[in-house]
Amino acid sequence: MNRIVKKFEELKKAGKKGLVGYLTAGDPDVEVSERNIRTAIEGGLDVLELGVPFSDPTADGPVIQEASQRALAGNMTVAKALKMVSNIRRYSNLPVILFGYANPFFRYGYNRICADAASSGVDGMLIVDLPFEESGELLPYINEHEMCFIPLIAPTTSGERSGRVLKDARGFVYYIMVTGVTGARKEIAGDIIRRVEELRRYTSLPIAVGFGVSNGKQARLVGESADAVVVGSALVKAAKEGCLADLVKDLRIALG
Amino acid sequence: MNEQCDEKGHFGEYGGRYVAETLMPALLELEKAYKEAKSDPEFMSEFRRLLVDYVGRPSPLYFAERLTEAWGGAKIYLKREDLNHTGAHKINNTLGQALLARRMGKRRLMAETGAGQHGVATATVAALFGMECVVYMGEEDIVRQEPNVKRMKLLNARVVPVTSGTKTLKDAMSEAMRAWAAEVQTMFYVIGTVAGPHPYPVMVRDFQSVIGEETRKQIMEKEGRLPDTIIACVGGGSNAAGIFYPFIGEPVVNLVGVEAAGLGIGTGKHAASIGAGQAGILHGCKTYVLQDADGQVLNAHSISAGLDYPGVGPQHAYWADNGKVEYCSITDAEAVDAFYELTRMEGIIPALESAHAVAEAKKRAQQLGNECVIVVNLSGRGDKDVDSILKNDKR
Repeated sequence: MNRIVKKFEELKKAGKKGLVGYLTAGDPDVEVSERNIRTAIEGGLDVLELGVPFSDPTADGPVIQEASQRALAGNMTVAKALKMVSNIRRYSNLPVILFGYANPFFRYGYNRICADAASSGVDGMLIVDLPFEESGELLPYINEHEMCFIPLIAPTTSGERSGRVLKDARGFVYYIMVTGVTGARKEIAGDIIRRVEELRRYTSLPIAVGFGVSNGKQARLVGESADAVVVGSALVKAAKEGCLADLVKDLRIALG
Repeated sequence: MNEQCDEKGHFGEYGGRYVAETLMPALLELEKAYKEAKSDPEFMSEFRRLLVDYVGRPSPLYFAERLTEAWGGAKIYLKREDLNHTGAHKINNTLGQALLARRMGKRRLMAETGAGQHGVATATVAALFGMECVVYMGEEDIVRQEPNVKRMKLLNARVVPVTSGTKTLKDAMSEAMRAWAAEVQTMFYVIGTVAGPHPYPVMVRDFQSVIGEETRKQIMEKEGRLPDTIIACVGGGSNAAGIFYPFIGEPVVNLVGVEAAGLGIGTGKHAASIGAGQAGILHGCKTYVLQDADGQVLNAHSISAGLDYPGVGPQHAYWADNGKVEYCSITDAEAVDAFYELTRMEGIIPALESAHAVAEAKKRAQQLGNECVIVVNLSGRGDKDVDSILKNDKR
């Protein structure tokens, strides 16, 4: 069974909320990045989103933009990111999602990236700028290699559209809590519970909520309705500032 | 011949909508609104009326007699988009999009700009319709196109300096897309070129097609026949798409798009996405992109801020592949020579962007012979470039 699917079944059985963490691969170099990833995994991540850096990350705020620049300055590539995943597999069985923008994967070749990702131990892919309408060129390869293509749903997505986007989806749904780019927000929208419940009308998949969650308190609030919480920019920032272990601990405690 | 894209905005393998889900509903809404507007005679007649009364169309098709004589070959005609209100072809499109924004009930416009011509044209229509306007512009371009920054400010637009990456058009467009995502419900994004996600490439091409439609009529009046060659510069490619589109599929007309070769294609410092790029995905569409082997987008270089972009409109990528348009490139130095030649021979100071098309016309005029006719799209005037030319070149 796909590790993502299995993980969410386990979480459900245990009555626990999942912690999905994002880190940019190779930020600022492979060695430090691998150490940070291990710290986050051992601190209690349930799912890792490993970001493949892109030169023009149009959906990201300053924190992940800068992390991408650092990683690219350290000569990070798609192939090296895959190598990092195989290294993770030596010590951990947690689900890993390759997260990024379409162009580096397109250049690598959709067929080839799916084959190489699966054999490196990747369980799913999330491509920010590959919406439902354009995903047809990648999906056959994702399915062939039994990975999940993680769909995004935004506050601007209508119910009817959510239904269409999620019809054949696997793994979980990533619900983007706010309009805008990635990055910490001071406050969590008050109607998030209602919005997540509404989304459940269109899918039976687990719902992970992200964009803007930066601490345990916010994670707990989001976890009241979501099945999992996604934390990205805050982890990247904490990794840079050397307090990653503390933040992961804070988030883990908050989510139970 | 199939010049229409499919229902998802693909021209062959190019085009499409490669954007975050947050923006998808807005693009679908825009597509629907544009389709309705295009078939609404009232919308189109207001657009045409403003093109005449406000922009000053039709722009003249001017026979450049002295250039023709000096180059000793084909007759050179200049399509004078530089004489439009605000000094470039950009206003054709911003007017169309602002009318559409108004029709959709949106009162706030945002734009990215390289040379500043699109920023000025957006700020202008925002003033005309009493709308708010925010323009994203790379910090480097703010320096090299300062006169346009001042104009935008006078027009009450807020100019946001973009400091990421190369601080030029590419980064301005990335930042505009980020800002749009944050305010997508109330903000209308006025894209200035035939790139970006569907329906922008189609919509901008359609609004700019007035250039080619007029050219066809004017050359028939003046020469009684179609031109042998039409030449336009290509950054994102809106002025080129506008003048080419009505001539696509005319077997007698040779369409030539001129990319910026910067310091020379071999140096790596250029903006020739078609000439030296590969298929890729940038800023919402699949097209030719300057990129490395790992799919990271490379920095473009051109003396002309408006051509300094590592991508190109997807329909140009399509035309390049199917041979409907021929693409070539002109270096910074050749463009500056043409800038001087046109300025001193005809008393017309061209934009550095347009000077690339003029330089290519010179090469071809001499090969073609004096029974032939070349139309050059003079997409903009060069006031914005005066300072940087005078600073860098001591002729």
